[in-house]
Amino acid sequence: MKWPKIAPVNESAQAAMFSRRSVMVGAGWGGVGALLAGRMGYIAIAENQRYREAAEENRVQMRLIPPRRGWIVDRHGHPMAVNRSDFRVDLIPDRLEDPDRVIAELTRLLGLSPEDVQRIRQGLEAAAGFQPVPVAEHLSFEKFAAVSLRLPELPGVSPLRAFSRYYPEGAAVGHLIGYVGTPNRDEYEEEDRNPLLIAPGFKIGKEGLEQVMEQRLRGVPGAARVEVTARGRLVRELRTLPDRSGPPLHTTIDAGLQSFAARRLGDESGSCVVIECATGNILCLASMPAYDPNAFTDGIGRSEWAMFAEDERKPLLNKALNALYPPGSTIKPANSLALLAAGIDPEERVNCPGGYQLGNRFFQCLGRHGPMTMHTAIARSCNTYFYAMGRRVGFDRIAPVWRELGLGERFELPVVSQSYGTVPDSAWKQRRYDRNPKAFYRRDWTESDTLNASIGQGYVILNPLQLATYAACIAAGKRVRPRLIAGEGPDPGPLPYSPDQFQTVRHGMWEVVNGAGTAGRSRLPFPDIEMCGKTGTAQVRNLGASSSRGQGGEWRYRDHGLFVFFAPYDRPLYAGACVIEHGMGGSRAAAPVVKDVLTYLFDKDKAMAALLPLEQQWGGNIAERMQRRAEAWAARGSAPGGGEAEGA
Amino acid sequence: MRRLHIPSPFAVLPWKLLIVVTALTGFGLLILYSSAAGALTWALPQGIRFVVFLGMAIVMSFFRSQFYKEWAFLAYGGVLVLLMLVEAMGAMGGGAQRWLDLGPIRIQPSELMKPAVVIAVARFYDMLPARELTRWTAVWPALVLIGFPAALVMLQPDLGTAIAVTTGGATIMFLAGLPMRYFVGAGAAVAVTIPIAYNFVLHEYQRHRIAIFLDPEADPLGTGYHITQSKIAIGSGGLTGNGFLQGTQSHFAFLPEPHTDFIFATMAEEWGMLGGLFIIFCFAMILKWGLGVALDSRGKFEKLTAAGLTMTIFFYVAINMMMVMGLAPVVGIPLPLVSYGGSAMMTVMICLGVLMSIDRQNRLDPRRGNGD
Repeated sequence: MKWPKIAPVNESAQAAMFSRRSVMVGAGWGGVGALLAGRMGYIAIAENQRYREAAEENRVQMRLIPPRRGWIVDRHGHPMAVNRSDFRVDLIPDRLEDPDRVIAELTRLLGLSPEDVQRIRQGLEAAAGFQPVPVAEHLSFEKFAAVSLRLPELPGVSPLRAFSRYYPEGAAVGHLIGYVGTPNRDEYEEEDRNPLLIAPGFKIGKEGLEQVMEQRLRGVPGAARVEVTARGRLVRELRTLPDRSGPPLHTTIDAGLQSFAARRLGDESGSCVVIECATGNILCLASMPAYDPNAFTDGIGRSEWAMFAEDERKPLLNKALNALYPPGSTIKPANSLALLAAGIDPEERVNCPGGYQLGNRFFQCLGRHGPMTMHTAIARSCNTYFYAMGRRVGFDRIAPVWRELGLGERFELPVVSQSYGTVPDSAWKQRRYDRNPKAFYRRDWTESDTLNASIGQGYVILNPLQLATYAACIAAGKRVRPRLIAGEGPDPGPLPYSPDQFQTVRHGMWEVVNGAGTAGRSRLPFPDIEMCGKTGTAQVRNLGASSSRGQGGEWRYRDHGLFVFFAPYDRPLYAGACVIEHGMGGSRAAAPVVKDVLTYLFDKDKAMAALLPLEQQWGGNIAERMQRRAEAWAARGSAPGGGEAEGA
Repeated sequence: MRRLHIPSPFAVLPWKLLIVVTALTGFGLLILYSSAAGALTWALPQGIRFVVFLGMAIVMSFFRSQFYKEWAFLAYGGVLVLLMLVEAMGAMGGGAQRWLDLGPIRIQPSELMKPAVVIAVARFYDMLPARELTRWTAVWPALVLIGFPAALVMLQPDLGTAIAVTTGGATIMFLAGLPMRYFVGAGAAVAVTIPIAYNFVLHEYQRHRIAIFLDPEADPLGTGYHITQSKIAIGSGGLTGNGFLQGTQSHFAFLPEPHTDFIFATMAEEWGMLGGLFIIFCFAMILKWGLGVALDSRGKFEKLTAAGLTMTIFFYVAINMMMVMGLAPVVGIPLPLVSYGGSAMMTVMICLGVLMSIDRQNRLDPRRGNGD
């Protein structure tokens, strides 16, 4: 052993060593004690400010109070979208510790359906952190209280007394107003992660006015400084800045009229637009069938969505704005105005032998009308007159008049989208030919193009709102443009045509309904109020001369029925258009609807008296029929399994 | 010093110590009352427990130290058997277990082992003649006495208690007068072993734990959460605290274990630095008294036992307070007399009981005051 030898120890040396080493140990303890005291002083005194703030950050949270959404009201202040007090429950994904247990407990407490559970699970997967996933809305107070009481064992569950959107008119205003729903991830990112969008119960406009007017309707959120526990339980509110609810949005719509028109459309697939001639205010923008925005606001299941998406009557499409139709004969008043502007004498006669020969091609008329003036040509919808006159003037002089009347125009309106269609002319055709030569026989505008366009066929496609706007222009003799928000939008301006020219056209339209015209059966039931209009029938597909001309057979191949109108004749107040898809004819399908809709404007009771027997015949009002259709759909048994949240 | 005429069994009680211990526990009861959000949920059972264990300690103080000396190895052996029993039951039950259920009481043998090791090792050096100290025979029996129970506790696994047992025994070895080079050598060996073990022996997750210990804020949601919230509680208390029943960290459940391991943080939030200094002062008084008892003792067994038991108390206090202040890893060691729970209080009261017994003997010693 190379270690130096250790001196042996005796008992007294050992005792002395004990004392020495005890003092060493004691000094060590003192050192540790001083270290602890110093450490505590450093944390509690030197870094006090920092940790005080950290404690505050722990316990104090800013909670946004979602503002109440502004009402949407009609021209008389009658509400079309309101807020109702509502008990709801949400899940906050970030606070959720055991989703399976919590969902099972909620299923027991709230009686959730398997489809609800599926929707919640998918919502949790798609959700971003603190973004709440709705569990249930419109809860009874008992269920709400049951969840609230068990909150300590249900971390991540947020019961809330909130406001939900309610649309008293239901499906009648579906396309017009849209609906609201929980913001999705894209909408959240788009607003720079605005924390309001992930506040529980907050909803954002998803369609129609709700979407376009989102920022105006939203209001200003309030804020509450609240004390919370580590599990998110609210201890108390420290200070609250109240929210400011959004201002009401005054629309030009007449809710009663809108609702009536929607009901009167019945089971037809179509739309009806009514405009106030003096201002351009849209009184009615009905499109049916439609979805019930109340149902969409709660979020709908996949099978329900499939029912809407697969319906051939397209309840998800706003047909007043986004459906395009060949206007057919409804365009003839516009052409008449263009002919007058081009210097045609309205008294000049064109003989109608049942059609018009252009080269080796014979263009059909609906009858053998004999000699026709402009007035009788409008009244009896003679194609031959407009073929001949259109060919004489040339379509490049007609198209600008159409555009003046709003046809083919994209209007300045607060709507999500408009399909503005086509008003063709030679320049348009060349442009389109250069882009896609296969779609056309030749590049230049031909006379047969002119003839087709003269009766509203061929390349022409327009939406019902444009047809209504054009009717309003004719009725008012002014450049009327549609407006949807009270006091906003363009005022009517002048048009470069004389009052006599307008009067000639209007008189022709008077004859259609009140004289020897095509819509004689749709006179208004008032001795002193006369409706004027023009019927139209638009071919869905070219069937050739020998076929049934779209007047029967399978629904989806039948002709569309159109009608443009104004009333009263002597001092026009209202104008508009109505399109019934596959209605087989304007006089047959569209004019009777318009007759009742206008009747409603002058005498509500009389209009309701006409509507109620019809509804009885169809099997109930809109809500009842939708309910029955949904049940039939569910009973088909072909509903795809599982329910994915869509459109929510 | 003027002598009061009090019946001698009471006169020889270390009143100063009892007052400090009672004050400390009383303060602890206030903190428990607050951490139960103003309820007696924890304070009441803890108070009853204190009275029972204090009575036990006073009764223990009336036994002569000779009694403990004679029963040292037997007590050690008994606790060792209990420890093995727990181990066996854990193995049969298919899970780690630290408790022995004996009807109404649950005994944690690893807690009892802390004073038992101290007393047994002290007894060993008491028997060893001083001249033997430099021989190998002075080392290996002590290592066996310490290492065997420490290994058993380690198996539970309870690293904190294993280290406590080892520290208590090693302190006796140091104070018994083993050559200093042993300790320097062992320290050096540990210093060399740690980095080697860290890099080559430990698993990834174990290394991760150590890394988190060194920088708890790196893992704000796991273990680091405890430390971070504890520091926030202590730091936000400042000098005088937020006031009784006003701590938000503990009451709003941000602070984990607010009535057991992290009770010091609960206290500091409401009582501030002053409350912390009060607790440190009380423990300093207890330790000073314990070391004084050791220095006053005549017998080798008494000296070593007193110092070793005081070290056991110190170990609890130091590790717990270092843990809550982020200076030591989060091991489940409570703050004795203050934290809710019976085990630590029982251990400390056993230590104090034996210490008071030695103290009483020192004071009754006729040679007392004559110098050594």
